[in-house]
Amino acid sequence: MGQGIKTAFPIIVAEDLDADWKAVKVLQAPLDTIKFQRQVAGGSGSIPHSWKRLREAGATARQMLMQAAASRLNVPVAELTTQKGVVVHTPTGRKLTYGELAADAAKLPIPADVKLKDQKDFKLIGQSIKNVDNLPIITGKPLFGLDFYREGMLFAMVQRPVAFGLKLKSVDAAAAKAMPGIVDVVTFKNSVAVVGKSTWQVKKAREALKIEWEKEAGTESTADHNKLFAQLLDQPDATVRRKDGNVEEAFRNAAKVVKSEYQCPFLPHSPLEPMNFFAHVRADGAELVGPTQTPELARNETAKLLGIPPEKVTVEMTRMGGGFGRRLKADFVLEAVEVSRLVKAPVKLIWTREDDMTGGSYRPAVRYRFEAALDVQGNMIGYKLRGAGINAGNSTRENNFPSGAVDHLLIDSADHKSPITTGPWRAPVTNFLACAEQSFLDEVAFAAGKDPVQFRLELLDKAKKAPVGEIKYDIDRMKGVIRLAAEKSGWGRKKEVAQGFSVYFSHASYVAQVAEVAMQKGKPVVRKIYAAADCGVVVNQSGARQQVMGGIVDGMGHAMYGNLTFRDGAPEQTNFNSYRMIRINEIPQVEVHFVDNGIEPTGLGEPALPPTGAAVANALFKATGKRLRNQPFAEQEELKGVS
Amino acid sequence: MAATTGQMWTPIPRCSGCCVTVSDWQAPNTAAALPVCGACTVHVNGEAARSCVLPVSSLANAKITTIEGLSATGDHPVQQAWDETDVPQCGYCQAGQIMMAAALLKRNPKPSGEEIDTAMAGNLCRCGTYHRIREAIQSAANKIR
Repeated sequence: MGQGIKTAFPIIVAEDLDADWKAVKVLQAPLDTIKFQRQVAGGSGSIPHSWKRLREAGATARQMLMQAAASRLNVPVAELTTQKGVVVHTPTGRKLTYGELAADAAKLPIPADVKLKDQKDFKLIGQSIKNVDNLPIITGKPLFGLDFYREGMLFAMVQRPVAFGLKLKSVDAAAAKAMPGIVDVVTFKNSVAVVGKSTWQVKKAREALKIEWEKEAGTESTADHNKLFAQLLDQPDATVRRKDGNVEEAFRNAAKVVKSEYQCPFLPHSPLEPMNFFAHVRADGAELVGPTQTPELARNETAKLLGIPPEKVTVEMTRMGGGFGRRLKADFVLEAVEVSRLVKAPVKLIWTREDDMTGGSYRPAVRYRFEAALDVQGNMIGYKLRGAGINAGNSTRENNFPSGAVDHLLIDSADHKSPITTGPWRAPVTNFLACAEQSFLDEVAFAAGKDPVQFRLELLDKAKKAPVGEIKYDIDRMKGVIRLAAEKSGWGRKKEVAQGFSVYFSHASYVAQVAEVAMQKGKPVVRKIYAAADCGVVVNQSGARQQVMGGIVDGMGHAMYGNLTFRDGAPEQTNFNSYRMIRINEIPQVEVHFVDNGIEPTGLGEPALPPTGAAVANALFKATGKRLRNQPFAEQEELKGVS
Repeated sequence: MAATTGQMWTPIPRCSGCCVTVSDWQAPNTAAALPVCGACTVHVNGEAARSCVLPVSSLANAKITTIEGLSATGDHPVQQAWDETDVPQCGYCQAGQIMMAAALLKRNPKPSGEEIDTAMAGNLCRCGTYHRIREAIQSAANKIR
């Protein structure tokens, strides 16, 4: 889906296999839960889950190839070595290619306990290797779900409730059915699907449907949500997520108290390829083809829906034009399955951009209230956080920093159940929590008269010397990225730009950022962001950099511009003309540095995004004196008319 | 994704769904389309155009080039630069980005950073490959010179 795993996984295998990278061809496997585990794209989890497994696979295959060569050459395995896809008999120089040996090797018993390479011997891992799909991508090959075509397939589009909280009352499809190219109009759950011979015909016919909707739940507006947040933040019975020490006493005895609230809106995922899927339900099973982050879920949910065993469902994955967590759900797959079943034909189901942007599964809207108690020396002795969310569940990450570094701490959350559907969005919870928290810690550092970087390091020192409760982050690794970001950005030493700092641990990796803002014609401009990342061993330098740069562009773009508002349950933004996305002329320079520590690798799909918002907000504060507490920043009063 | 003048588009260049992604395109009325993402960019008579809002009826005798028309083997300098700079992440927007960049370099072989940004601002990349897009365009400009 663009996070580089299709390239990184083969690199890992090829390394311990000692393959010739130039001879490596990569094919997307279909879903196969017998041969493979975790065919999931999400949670920044691919590399950490598969690192050891893939290395063992490569090393095991290499061992078997050498064994086959030993038999063929009638020499001991110990006299053999390998070199870029070739087995070499060192004493005589005789060579056999992997290709020549593969058939024989495949017949051998699989050895247990193969030895993996030492990291110092890596030839591929740690290099910059190009995306294996560059050529088909740049020559426009039909790789994506939306490109998929099967002769005889029908096209379908679904009319879903026009607002969250509505359900289907009645449909008059007579006019639609009579239109050219239309094969059928079918209804299932709260949806009406138009099926026909081309997307254009189907789209026009959908507009001709006469549908009546009725309320089954509240139809909420953004103004309602804002009122709800205030109520939730003062609610007496919030769910306690973590409690250390005695916050009431700490705040009573505080020399200074800092209190701030931060808020973010709902966000659609906006992958550039909208939702779509192909399904062919037949008497003997179902065939699924399309872009999904969770093919096994797609299969199992389909099997459940059709009342057939999962083995009767096949799933082939196309490339995804972006996932960002949206394609973790199977809702759009099941729509295709429902329609195919009802019309008894292969169906390609397509969502328009409007369908996609108004179709739910959003990043939840959340408001946070932070409070910090400082003692006379400016140490943070008390910390309170309440997350108030709309369909956000636990909107906190209670065991993340600064938990463990503060003697008296209370973290709780309150949530409103809304008909507006939500779902995991790149770096769930942390995509805004990090911004709010790291901006707040900036406020606290300021109130304590301390440098923001120094303030973090002191808290981490305290967590090391006198930890409070459970600590679920590595203090040294967090310090490592803080120091690296501070060093590379010349933190505190530049007069010509205003710098803002943030650090966050998410999805098992650590990222610290320093953003720089300069005034241009009276307006603050984010000129550059330095990122220091610790994901352990970097498998592919090029791909890893892409994830950090991309995560930063994503984080900054949504912090600055992303805003999905609601009126009576309906999203007010429906396309990129009303919903603003960051563009090429709005990005800062980005400089990426990786910590080199040889630790087993963790992921990068998400970790670079969370710290971005606060680095930017803190730099903007330094430049303008104005705190940005609500996203999107560009719509806040603080950024308008700044001079 | 091939089309020649006088024939129906089969199938259409990529679309981010702002209008439709059609397998055959016969609509005289494209009011439903919004040219807001640039993924559909093609060349019409050598100039960049958003195909999602181009009525087929307006294209009589037009020379149309899609991404395959640049070079099916990826040998156009812009494509080479795209590969060498390792630009794509998910890849969905890249055909449109490349077509836009190729059109830019055709009319302005030595674009400044600002000129690149202005020309490319209409092409969205959700994955945020913008840094490498800029780099690849500079690199392609050097190749062409």
